[in-house]
Amino acid sequence: MFVPGNNPGMIKDAYIYNCDCIMFDLEDSVSYTEKDAARSLVFHALTTIDYGDKELVVRVNALDSSIGIDDLEAMVRARIDVIRLPKTETAQDIIFCEEQIERIEISIGMPVGTTKMMAAIESAQGVLNAPAIAKASKRLIGIALGAEDYVTDLKTNRSPEGIELLFARSMILQAARSAGISALDTVFSDVNDEEGLIAEAKHIKQLGFDGKSVINPRQIQPIIDIFTPTLKEIQKAKAVMEAIAEANRRGSGVISLNGKMIDRPIVLRAERVISLAKAAKIIS
Amino acid sequence: MPNFDLTALAHMDELKTQTPFDTEHVYKELKTCHERELSDNKIVPTLQDAIRLCGLKDGMTISFHHHFRNGDFVVNKVMAVIAQMGIKALVLAPSSLIDIHKPLIDHIRNGVVRRIETSGLRGELAEEISHGLMEVPVVFRSHGGRAAVIETGELPIDIAFIGAPSCDPLGNANGYSRDNDKGIVCGAMGYAKLDAQHARKVVILTDNIVPFPNVPFGIPESDVDYIVEVDAIGDPNGIMSGATRYTTNPKELMIAQKVAEVIEATDFFRNGFSLQMGSGGASLATVRFMKEKMLKKKIKASFALGGITGQIVQLHEEGLIKKILDVQSFDLEAARSLKDNRFHQQISASYYASPNSKGSAVNQLDFVVLSALELDVDFNVNVLTGSDGVIRGAIGGHCDTAAGASVAIITCPLTRGRIPTIVDRVNTIVTPGKTIDIVVTDQGIAVNPIRSDLMKMMERAGIDLCTIEELRDKARRIVGQGTPIAYTDRVVGVVTYRDGSVIDLIYQVKDDQETED
Repeated sequence: MFVPGNNPGMIKDAYIYNCDCIMFDLEDSVSYTEKDAARSLVFHALTTIDYGDKELVVRVNALDSSIGIDDLEAMVRARIDVIRLPKTETAQDIIFCEEQIERIEISIGMPVGTTKMMAAIESAQGVLNAPAIAKASKRLIGIALGAEDYVTDLKTNRSPEGIELLFARSMILQAARSAGISALDTVFSDVNDEEGLIAEAKHIKQLGFDGKSVINPRQIQPIIDIFTPTLKEIQKAKAVMEAIAEANRRGSGVISLNGKMIDRPIVLRAERVISLAKAAKIIS
Repeated sequence: MPNFDLTALAHMDELKTQTPFDTEHVYKELKTCHERELSDNKIVPTLQDAIRLCGLKDGMTISFHHHFRNGDFVVNKVMAVIAQMGIKALVLAPSSLIDIHKPLIDHIRNGVVRRIETSGLRGELAEEISHGLMEVPVVFRSHGGRAAVIETGELPIDIAFIGAPSCDPLGNANGYSRDNDKGIVCGAMGYAKLDAQHARKVVILTDNIVPFPNVPFGIPESDVDYIVEVDAIGDPNGIMSGATRYTTNPKELMIAQKVAEVIEATDFFRNGFSLQMGSGGASLATVRFMKEKMLKKKIKASFALGGITGQIVQLHEEGLIKKILDVQSFDLEAARSLKDNRFHQQISASYYASPNSKGSAVNQLDFVVLSALELDVDFNVNVLTGSDGVIRGAIGGHCDTAAGASVAIITCPLTRGRIPTIVDRVNTIVTPGKTIDIVVTDQGIAVNPIRSDLMKMMERAGIDLCTIEELRDKARRIVGQGTPIAYTDRVVGVVTYRDGSVIDLIYQVKDDQETED
């Protein structure tokens, strides 16, 4: 969930909502004259407030200005979990960011590699470079699509069906999967259009995305509902896992369930369902 | 025939000796009903005439209702005329006072008003009173508590001035009219109904004289002495909004969802249950989430009580709430329903909440969802004074419904800006903690330890609970601890509980407060 870095009211208790990750934004939601104030506010929030088990991310400003570097200096010191780099165009952007983070980590005696990274791809060039970007750093845990800038770059705009994003989404997904990291989808901007949000979330889940960014707490539950495995899916996954256990007990190499052979993809999917169900606290 | 003392009847021999019935004093009306409506009506030319006819004198008690909320013109209009007539030292006993009533400040300074009894005070008037405007402290009473003292005569009303959106020439008045609404409606007139029943004299102010009989009426002609036709009694925009809207505030929605879950978890949530909901964002949204749970469980509510909103009306019209008891309509939808729906009943403040009457609807409540400015570790609630010690609220039916309902739920955010909501001790106790059962905040739910039954129900449903002390500590961790408010030793307000006993005192705040840096 994006939280504007200059809004103390939202920053102070963002942890009450059931999102997995809180992303403090120092970039687009903060005007130029408020950059320093927002940085200071987020730094103090991170070092004062107990956000529980939420993964904490800060979207810093682009690193081609001193503002972005100052953001990094402050956030790494605040021991943020993940730095989200905006408008990533090339692998070099990631490498530069990693160098900066490493420099700061060393300077404060923090184990190198503590701070993870996430990259937002928001242009045609970035999309075409996505495979290289995704593999540019071991710190990268995921790449995400930033759709608003991307469609502007394409000289189009966003449609309810999202046809203009299909190529970018597919590219980013392939890049993420080939690098073994997460693929995260862009925000849905109309907070009052719950139907549209649900349709888009179903679409990107079907494509294979791991999750979606939200800009309002009201958008969290619909997305969780879509990404949480259904009871039927969980039962099926459990049956698969039991069949494996049973085959292992019997020392049999061939696993079958209800007369159908269970091969590796089925097992992997079942494992994923179980882990999602555990994350959603449906099963323990 | 001579008059007998019928309480001490004479012996039959005495009665036998009397002369036959003399018809001299029997009167028969020969005019048509239309002629009578014109000649024998209660309409007097001016407000001044009505006040004079009622015999208003220095030191008397007058009352008003607050059904027009911040759109009310009646209090200011009547008080201006009274001040002009040179009458002094009045006791003002309205059902509540709001921002729009700030001209009262001058009437208090000029000695027209000596004392006030009310459910609440807001705005500049409240600010001035908190800073010591009045010689005599304001007495705060709940809607039920006020009804009780008016009924017993402990607070005798000499004249009730009642603004009415419709009234016929003989005094049948209501908050709307089935004949001819003129734009201003307020729906139910429960607080005015009570005053009309018990005041020595009753004056109706209206901008809408409708043909006799104005049926249905909230106030019957048998209670009314005089009627004054005026240009305007209120501003429709200040009286009501079209329909109170569902909140989009994510925190309120989250609290509302939790409240619905808490209600669902109790054994009281079963077919035929009863409820009262406030008009705040979280309460309104709770209605929506409760609807889902009622449909899921296939149950209906027998009735909804209280200040009624469009959200409650919607459930009534969908068949999920069978009946509505309405003391005060919060929006135009509620007023429309009162006019159109057979099982939407207007009730008086006494019927609603008086601890003294023969029947009080709050005593039939299963659930009430209420708000709070502050709540302390003993579950005492303050809805009257702000964190700066200044009066900025109203008791309303808070302590009445909390005492009457089997499950009284308070909803509030853990903090408001930099102000904690859960504290060690509230500034002003309005509702005793003993009558508060569950507190639902955005950061946790606490059940009053005296309700071990509810605790078990919550545990059974897997609802995470924390203690009220944990909530207090959490709030303190976020916003720190404020500097205590500095008061003088002068009492500016006496807060009464619904039974008339004094539950707390409000002191004058010092002008120079120390602030925390």
